[in-house]
Amino acid sequence: METVTYTQVETFVNNLPEVTAAGVWIKAIIILAIISAVAGFGTYLERKVLAFMQRRLGPMHVGPYGLLQIIADGIKLFTKEDIVPQNANRLIFMLAPVITAATAFIALAAVPVFPDFTVPEWIPVLGGTFVPSIAADLNIGILFVLGTMAAGLYGPLLAGMAQANKWGIIGAARTAIQFLSYEVVTGLSILAPIMLVGSLSFVDFNNAQAGGIENWIVWKQPVAFILFLIAGFAETNRTPFDLLEHEAEVVSGYATEYSGMRWGMFFIGEYANMITISIIAAIVFLGGYSEEGIGWLTIILKVGFFFFLMLWVRASWPHVRPDQLMWLCWKVLMPIAVINVVITGIVMMV
Amino acid sequence: MYETIAFYLFSVLTIGLFLVTVLSKNVLYAMTALAAGMVLISGFFFILGADFLGVVQLIVYVGAVMALYSFAMMFFDATRDIKEKNTPAALVFLLGGLSALVLVLMFAAPIHSEAIQAFYPVHEGVGNAQDVGIVLFTKYLVPFEVAAVMLLVAMIAGIILAGKKMDKSLTEDLNADDEIMKQKDTK
Repeated sequence: METVTYTQVETFVNNLPEVTAAGVWIKAIIILAIISAVAGFGTYLERKVLAFMQRRLGPMHVGPYGLLQIIADGIKLFTKEDIVPQNANRLIFMLAPVITAATAFIALAAVPVFPDFTVPEWIPVLGGTFVPSIAADLNIGILFVLGTMAAGLYGPLLAGMAQANKWGIIGAARTAIQFLSYEVVTGLSILAPIMLVGSLSFVDFNNAQAGGIENWIVWKQPVAFILFLIAGFAETNRTPFDLLEHEAEVVSGYATEYSGMRWGMFFIGEYANMITISIIAAIVFLGGYSEEGIGWLTIILKVGFFFFLMLWVRASWPHVRPDQLMWLCWKVLMPIAVINVVITGIVMMV
Repeated sequence: MYETIAFYLFSVLTIGLFLVTVLSKNVLYAMTALAAGMVLISGFFFILGADFLGVVQLIVYVGAVMALYSFAMMFFDATRDIKEKNTPAALVFLLGGLSALVLVLMFAAPIHSEAIQAFYPVHEGVGNAQDVGIVLFTKYLVPFEVAAVMLLVAMIAGIILAGKKMDKSLTEDLNADDEIMKQKDTK
């Protein structure tokens, strides 16, 4: 999977004049490093936010306000024994977490993460290298990101099927159900904004909404925004749609037999997907970023808001059953999305 | 140079993975190799500059193979090998011969390559999606609409086939319980 990103990135780099291969390499390393770290910090934030909403304190003992808990968890994950169950399919079992983590980061290659900058001249080898904000600036960025994130669900599916555990196989079956449910809603809900902008590129979306809050697509497409958020929650396995590892029903679902860093890779993949969905929602519906001044701070705030929203919903809402998710997606959300697309088309024609 | 490396990498991986799909007796290996091969094929589209087709390949086959997985989950034990029935030798001979013929034709085709022309070359500055869209809604409008009607027919047929006795609950309704028991008895 790693090689796929590298070669694809390289191909697109050849089409762009000012971005060098070195710049993309630096960008890829920055994304990997920062998003992995943010995933670790995200667990701390999640525990704290959930704790405050439930009138608890959350982690407090390790370090000031429990901040060093992240490091303690990291050490625990890295040093834990990596167990492969006896009857499991060894190869697939060990491969599955890599798929989740790798596809999550491949998806991040096509979205703008952090502003572009030029490496200062005084740094030896790399001085003067231009580092782009998007590692691979595709003109079909949205489809690529959604497709890659969909491929990421092979991780839970294969993990569940390979581990010779009944909770695992239920988790795998739920993965397939969840995928077949939300996928159509994601595509149809984001189709209406795509029709308005007339492009699949994130940069075009950002430019179409430049010049203030009143230009945001969310005012023109509130229905699509809400549908996309619901489908995004299902896509990232967040409550109320975290059917795959619903601990009250299926122990830990697809992740039951996993320990140590292999479990950690599922975790990092899930958090990276949360960030990706937040970035897509911020750029497509909430205006994205602007290049000048503190414009980049705004998108980080928007992404932070969506991240907080996911935790907020988790603290407020109960889970749904798999059949309820399928009912919701196919009988409620999909018709609304289709009607929204038709109305958008009629309004654009008239 | 990168494109050459990428092409050979994708070629070797795709052929190897599809070989695993055909030869493996383990459902999990076969399905995983199929999915990975389908995803890697999109790499060829990206190398050729057909970004849109590459992404469509990715999205369509990820979903399609996922549905295939759910059937494999229902019919097979994923952790064990499957005993396959022996097929008649004549059939193997015939199908193998036909496949070999197709392969020879495919590899011989580039000899005649100067006769092949691109009817709809890529326009500079226009996205791949726009190009595909224009051709799809002008020259190939009728096949496109026919495909849409076919999909509609398939969908309605699927709803009718799956929708039998959907108003009955399989867990609460006693009659439905009896029916399940009857079906088990007949088996």
